[in-house]
Amino acid sequence: MRSLYFYISSILVGALFFAFARWLGNDYLFFAGYTVLQFIVLATAWNILGGYCGYVNFGSAAFFAVGAYSSVAMHKLAAGIDRYFPESLVGLAKMILPLNVPTLIILGGIMSGLIGLGTGYLTLRLRGAFFAIATLALAVVLQTLIVNWDFVGGSRGAYIIRPNEVPILGSYIQYLFLVMLVLSVVALATARIIEQSRLGYGFATIRDDELAAEACGVPTLRLKLIATTISGALMGMAGAPFPYYIGYLEPSSAFGLAYAVNSIAMPMIGGTTSWVGPLVGALLLGIIQQVATVTISSAVNLLIVGLLLVGFVIVAPKGIIGLVQDFMRERVSDGGRPTWRSRLAIFANMRPGAR
Amino acid sequence: MAEPLLQVEDLGKRFGGFVALDGINLSVQPGERVGLIGPNGSGKSTLVNCMCGTLQNESGTVRFDGHIVDGLAANKRTHRGMARSFQLPRPFVTLSVAENLRIPLLYTAHSRSGRHLTHDEIESRCHELAGLVGLAAKANKLPRDLTQVEMRKLELARAMAADPKLLIADEAMAGLSQSEVTEIVDLLIKMNERGVTIILIEHIMRAVMSFSQRLVVLVSGKKIADGPPQEVVSHPEVIGAYLGQ
Repeated sequence: MRSLYFYISSILVGALFFAFARWLGNDYLFFAGYTVLQFIVLATAWNILGGYCGYVNFGSAAFFAVGAYSSVAMHKLAAGIDRYFPESLVGLAKMILPLNVPTLIILGGIMSGLIGLGTGYLTLRLRGAFFAIATLALAVVLQTLIVNWDFVGGSRGAYIIRPNEVPILGSYIQYLFLVMLVLSVVALATARIIEQSRLGYGFATIRDDELAAEACGVPTLRLKLIATTISGALMGMAGAPFPYYIGYLEPSSAFGLAYAVNSIAMPMIGGTTSWVGPLVGALLLGIIQQVATVTISSAVNLLIVGLLLVGFVIVAPKGIIGLVQDFMRERVSDGGRPTWRSRLAIFANMRPGAR
Repeated sequence: MAEPLLQVEDLGKRFGGFVALDGINLSVQPGERVGLIGPNGSGKSTLVNCMCGTLQNESGTVRFDGHIVDGLAANKRTHRGMARSFQLPRPFVTLSVAENLRIPLLYTAHSRSGRHLTHDEIESRCHELAGLVGLAAKANKLPRDLTQVEMRKLELARAMAADPKLLIADEAMAGLSQSEVTEIVDLLIKMNERGVTIILIEHIMRAVMSFSQRLVVLVSGKKIADGPPQEVVSHPEVIGAYLGQ
């Protein structure tokens, strides 16, 4: 029943926003909304590894970029079918390519998931700062590869000419917004399902004490691989439509510091042990940044994130969710009649132990 | 004589140039209560870690329930029925007492019963285990709300939740008062009466003597005595090396 409420309310909120933005008739709302939704996916993806398992990933931008560049690669392939395919396959390739955005998202997810799996495999024995440094190194290595890969534009970057309109919806940005909205719901639902499952409990034990987790029969190495793969895949999925959104993709924008910083800061500010935390953090920071971009300057975005992060680390190290948690948790464990607060706490997966 | 539940043969472990375990042989029968003692640095915890898979032995073998388990990860040994508690309690600090007990049930039950437990079965088993160790009233509390003795009890209950054949309790009574030590000894005996073989690593001789049916003494990575507790504590080598009298 709780899951049904979740899906209904997610779809309802998304549909209402979409309808409201269409009613206003301002495409900028879709541009800005897309970015916020993209950060919801990124923050939720980061939180699966960083929040649930306690493994801090500084390489979010790399996974995001892998998704984005897999779309660029497919776009380039579609543009040069005659050049890149043998004659016997040209007909087939023309039937399949160019791929639509949802398919590109799945492809980007697979590519980034594989990179995540590889990263997890290579860093299985690393913990704490060593793991974080390894993920940072991954971003540097991948960026160097992309800069030197001419097919996807190398350091010059690549132009993606997107269609102006799509059937039914009309504006292409509205279509991209809708795709990202669905992806956000998928990401949040994934995080929520994980939290409520055996897998989520396993992740929590890894975060708390890996040695004790092993002694309790938790296959920690396998679970870490699952976490790096799911987290990487979702980040790649967030990146896949990005070239169509931005129109011109270069390594410095795909591997931008903003993705790495935001995907860490948003869950940290929102709270890391419930799917609600990244959602709240992404909405808060994402909206503030969008407002700052149009009112002050886009250059102050990272400054705002930095200041908020410092503030929250000092004032509320458990994030916004942690701040309200004690209030919400009241009477949850008394075994008495459920209150609206306890119901809300259960809906948001605020387990008694959640930080 | 029945086949031993645990058989350690010629076990060796080094840390650089330091020999932590030097050809240890140990055999434990099903249902037995074995005390393992030795001065600090004698290799007790290293032996436990090698038996449980936290550390890998460099020589010798560990045979559990008729199978060699060398090279198996710690979690797989737990699945086979070998559980342990830690010298310093290591609860999952962000999970409640009930959730701490739920973890082994979620992850090991299927390897013993061939199927995953239902939600109701898990809840009822958690309740039973919390009741066994006297933590039923604190099932929804976080470990930080527990006293030292309650923390030790949680540690033992969590190990029991894996439905083990063998429980290795590593200094389960360190830092406890006399009455608390008695409580834990009674608890361990209760667990043993349920059919669980127990190895107790302990410094508190009163507890070891009242609990153990057999006593094993380690000194400098070597086993120097193995037998009935009264005989072992009067062994001259043990007195010289450990008891200091």
